[in-house]
Amino acid sequence: MPKYRSRSGKFVVSGVSSDAHTWNLVFLQLMLEERGHEVVNLGACPTDAEVLGACLRERPDVLVVSTVNGHGHMDGARLVRALRAHPGLAELRAVIGGKLGVDGGTGRHVDALVEAGYDAVFASEDGLEEFADFLRELRPRRRAPAEPVA
Amino acid sequence: MSGPGTAGTGRFAAHVRGARESGALVVQPRMGFAGAGRMREGLRAVRDVAAPTAGTVTVDSYTRVGEYARALEALRSGTELNGFPLVAHGVDGTRGVLDGLASADFPVQVRHGAARAERLVATACAAGADATEGGPVSYCLPYGRVPLRESVRAWSRCCELVAARAEPMHLETFGGAMLGQLCPPSMLVALSVLEALFFREHGVRSLSLSYAQQTHPGQDLEALGALRRLAGERLGGMDGADGAVDWHVVLYTFMGVFPRSAAGAFRLLEESARLAVRGGADRLVVKTPAEAHRIPTVEENVGALEFASAVAADERARARTRPVPVPGRYGVYEEAVLLVDRVLERAPTVGAALERSFAAGLLDVPYCLHPDNANRARAVVDPWGVLRWADPGRVPLPRRAGSGPEPEARGPVGSRRLLDMLGFNARRFDAEDVLGRRLADGAAA
Repeated sequence: MPKYRSRSGKFVVSGVSSDAHTWNLVFLQLMLEERGHEVVNLGACPTDAEVLGACLRERPDVLVVSTVNGHGHMDGARLVRALRAHPGLAELRAVIGGKLGVDGGTGRHVDALVEAGYDAVFASEDGLEEFADFLRELRPRRRAPAEPVA
Repeated sequence: MSGPGTAGTGRFAAHVRGARESGALVVQPRMGFAGAGRMREGLRAVRDVAAPTAGTVTVDSYTRVGEYARALEALRSGTELNGFPLVAHGVDGTRGVLDGLASADFPVQVRHGAARAERLVATACAAGADATEGGPVSYCLPYGRVPLRESVRAWSRCCELVAARAEPMHLETFGGAMLGQLCPPSMLVALSVLEALFFREHGVRSLSLSYAQQTHPGQDLEALGALRRLAGERLGGMDGADGAVDWHVVLYTFMGVFPRSAAGAFRLLEESARLAVRGGADRLVVKTPAEAHRIPTVEENVGALEFASAVAADERARARTRPVPVPGRYGVYEEAVLLVDRVLERAPTVGAALERSFAAGLLDVPYCLHPDNANRARAVVDPWGVLRWADPGRVPLPRRAGSGPEPEARGPVGSRRLLDMLGFNARRFDAEDVLGRRLADGAAA
């Protein structure tokens, strides 16, 4: 446990549309809750629309996408492009991590995912530690005003 | 090979039965590639392994969730997928992959993980697959967000498709895996039996019940015994005589966090092959040393199959020298039979009983995030590797259950403890790699 804790925030944790793995999501929820954050866990296989809908509804500080089935470089990129294309979500801090390709060599996917719109990509062996560092350094960010409820 | 009452159960069942009668274990990989050519090469390599094998066509994730257009797009653009896009290839394309490879000595199964599986199963049926895998609970709860009610309806129709095919087809329940880790063995056994009863209710005549290796060899051995006993009591004799269904037990090599070292991974695979033989399973679905790192190559799969088959033969040869396990030590049968009875008494059909039991939390898969799972029950791995209920939630347990909450199982499960438990087997077997010897021969305990 870190000695000091950053401001607590609200997180949406999610897999991607074709990934059924959930142990990564269960773990991330516990990890974030232990640091005092509030977590909305979308579980496995949410459609892009479901993720966007949850982000608009919950107004999280961060969207955390975790995926390990090897399709992450495709599904994750498509998801974040949809996110950035939405006026209410273009500024939302979004990160992704896991096993992002089928061949285990995920390094080459990192640039493409950043290019697609993620603020950070955690794909190395030390991805979890890097994510913990990211959480420690998390500071309040100017949030887009909530959309009027239709 | 075909005894009384065995006609009409198909060549997958006949192949497994033939191996059993000759004292061999059927070994099978998980394997799927996007392109037809690579898929054929993979099947051919598995067929040519010097051991009784069954072939596998593992379907990709896009097809599993019904995104057929996305699978087709990937296929056309040459993007590698994590499996074979069976619907995109269609009946003719899939038939082309199986033609001349699938046979009585090498039946092929389609493994996928789809809740809304009608189109996929219909395509596999029409293309001549010998078997498939699934179940209303096991292909729904761990795999996404499709409502259980919808999955029950879909799998009713899938069973009817399987049952209606002129050339008999085999169906395996995935109920013995449920997230692969941290689901108590009694729940796995109960779900496997309940899904088998669901299959039978919808006309399936040839089926297999599964169990996934967990974290304690003694408990796993007892679980396989409980599964065979309960299946025998509820389904009748294994050979399908007198109108009973044909069935056998299939073991999955551990499906959770895998040892990173090759030695550790092979030791875990070895333990699963010995467990299969000792526990009376007739088929083993293997993992490879690549598991901790990436999707395995064909060569890695072939190596794992040959290794598992050799270990199984060795175990068969020394079976008589093994001590007899203490029956009922972990209470797996007692817990499972209570669960099955409590579920079945809730509704006149198995499908409705499953839906109501999950809604009531009577069936509850620990740590499963699916909206229709109560997710109140908690299980832990104790310091000896025994998988125990830490908090059964509303899951009914016999009063003196062998795996009930005990002092060492209590306390909250935080992220650190969760990682420790998920990594139990990886640590145990990787430590053997470092030490150059076995820490403990749990299978002999």
